[in-house]
Amino acid sequence: MINSRFFNRSELMGFIALAAVLFVILPLTLDVFRLNLVAKYLTYAFVALGLVLCWGYGGILSLGQGVFFGLGGYCMAMFLKLEASSVENTKIQSTPGIPDFMDWNQITSLPLFWQPFHSLTFTILAIILVPGLFALIIGTAMFKRRVGGTYFAIITQAVAAILTILIVGQQGYTGGINGMTDLRTLKGWDIRPDHAKIILYFVEVVLLFACIGIAQFIRLTKLGRILVAMREQEDRVRFSGYSVANFKIFAFCMAAVFAAIGGAMFALNVGFMSPSFVGIVPSIEMVIYTAVGGRMSIFGAIWGAILVNFAKTSLSESFPQLWLFGLGALFIAVVLAFPNGLSGLWADYVQPRIDWLFASRKPKSDWKDNSVADGAPAE
Amino acid sequence: MFGDYSLGDLGSIFVMQGFAGLILFSVYVLMALGLAIIFGQMGVINMAHGEFMILGAYVTWMTSNLFQAYLPSLFSGYFFLAMILAFVASGALGMLVEWALIRHLYKRPLDTLLATWGLSLMLQQGYRSVFGAREVGVELPQWMLGSLHVTESIEVPINGVFVMCLTVLITISVAYVMYKSRWGRQVRAVVQNRIMAGAVGINTEKVDRYTFGLGCGIAGVAGSAFTMIGSTGPTSGQLYIVDTFLVVVFGGAASLLGTIASAFSISQTQSTLEFFMSGSMAKVLTLLAVVGILMLRPQGLFALKVRK
Repeated sequence: MINSRFFNRSELMGFIALAAVLFVILPLTLDVFRLNLVAKYLTYAFVALGLVLCWGYGGILSLGQGVFFGLGGYCMAMFLKLEASSVENTKIQSTPGIPDFMDWNQITSLPLFWQPFHSLTFTILAIILVPGLFALIIGTAMFKRRVGGTYFAIITQAVAAILTILIVGQQGYTGGINGMTDLRTLKGWDIRPDHAKIILYFVEVVLLFACIGIAQFIRLTKLGRILVAMREQEDRVRFSGYSVANFKIFAFCMAAVFAAIGGAMFALNVGFMSPSFVGIVPSIEMVIYTAVGGRMSIFGAIWGAILVNFAKTSLSESFPQLWLFGLGALFIAVVLAFPNGLSGLWADYVQPRIDWLFASRKPKSDWKDNSVADGAPAE
Repeated sequence: MFGDYSLGDLGSIFVMQGFAGLILFSVYVLMALGLAIIFGQMGVINMAHGEFMILGAYVTWMTSNLFQAYLPSLFSGYFFLAMILAFVASGALGMLVEWALIRHLYKRPLDTLLATWGLSLMLQQGYRSVFGAREVGVELPQWMLGSLHVTESIEVPINGVFVMCLTVLITISVAYVMYKSRWGRQVRAVVQNRIMAGAVGINTEKVDRYTFGLGCGIAGVAGSAFTMIGSTGPTSGQLYIVDTFLVVVFGGAASLLGTIASAFSISQTQSTLEFFMSGSMAKVLTLLAVVGILMLRPQGLFALKVRK
């Protein structure tokens, strides 16, 4: 039953629409400031993409995606901060050549775990490997003991809380509550001016499409089928001889790596990284983007991340009071009324019209895995 | 880290820090009792639990202001009325929420998490609009101020003693209601097997609603107690929600005794460590230990042996 084509027709349309908007329409119509905001929203799209695999397909709700987003972001920020803290840039400090916040906290030499971040190769490896290994440890410890569902959600949430408290508490090593600010250059290339922002935006979009490709590949192979089967009937998959824990660990690690790439792009595009993107609140918000866009749909989740953030920015600019009410009501509405999110609404109301327009073509014969059956995905 | 203190000093430090931990323990127990009923018994992840607690705190604050303005002569006893009002207010809101939201989601526990998170955002903004963004603190009656001198180097605050007595009283009543009363038997029956409970004539919907209301009501009382040791702001509840969930999970979700034991060990560890290192590191170490133990023993400290 595996579809031989990479995208079916509606997915192809989604792909083309997203590519057109991100590559052509937005760069042509928005000024650099707004385009940079879109780049910030898109960093969350990476996280949402990971959550589609791990939560939508695998049924594993992680409330700790902010941890991986933060780990990726901090790895990138540490590299950029070290480059910005060269000896001539920091000669007014009592110890030149170390980041300014270390100097403020009476630290006189670069801590050992900062040393390797002088190398860009190491940094890029760390962005992938540190969150990946961390997810592997958490996942192995939990899934091998068959802990899942709500317990897993609560423990990942606790991990997010721990990391935030740790970052805020260890001000001298991490920059504390202010985070790492004043990031300037990447290998001597200034990331702050407008043309650099535009280039970074395109780099990010290309990376996002690469991740979409990976996610789509996983979804279409047997692996994706097993993930769905596991979500629906975990025991039957286990009795069929599959190691359920290993598949769950894989999905969780994939989601972590996607989130970390998003975090690294955040540090590059926005120019700082702080614990306010690591903790419980941002982690749950990331789940919400996915839920609003549609937890079953790769493109839906990306649209969810963009649209919810866009609404957040514009509403909180003009009605700061209403925003939280609106966001809260949105969650409740999504959960109660349309659990498949925007993509579900699209599939139910818009897609049939479009199909009707092309009615002369052959009827579509999709495998029905794009909906949340009532009550089914509990665990 | 013990090198600089004499043995007698260390004893006093442990007693005083232990007592500070006991107040934290009281708040944890009161919060976790409500959550143990809602999460442990009903399986609903109520992320808005902290906001129900804060509602109780605001009710207490309003009652104290009313007494100050209109009944200054009875001010010394306002707290008892405030506690009852806090229970009723939070409980009523809880039942309303159960009716409007939770009952549609019993089969999707992960989705209740998202929905109640939305609810908590709305409640926070509601508190901010009604009571203002600044934190408020209640005025304590005269007899609760000051402290008891036990020995020369040990003194314990009276309001702390009061909160603890209150906690013990509420814990005993909850245990009585859950394990001895007819209604508690119905709750446990519904939790264990909803269909069979319905078949023998228990109105499961009604039991659900009152159970949820009871859990939220206890959270309100926790908020009432909370006003005595800290000030209340719109987002204060969020600070405690993760700790509370950890307390419940660490104790073994369905066991009241486990909840108390885990609240005790977590709060004592944290407050003892706080004396020797910064507050944030103490918290990190405590939470890490809890998460670590949970990874080794996912069923918690006191697991009920049930056939799944």
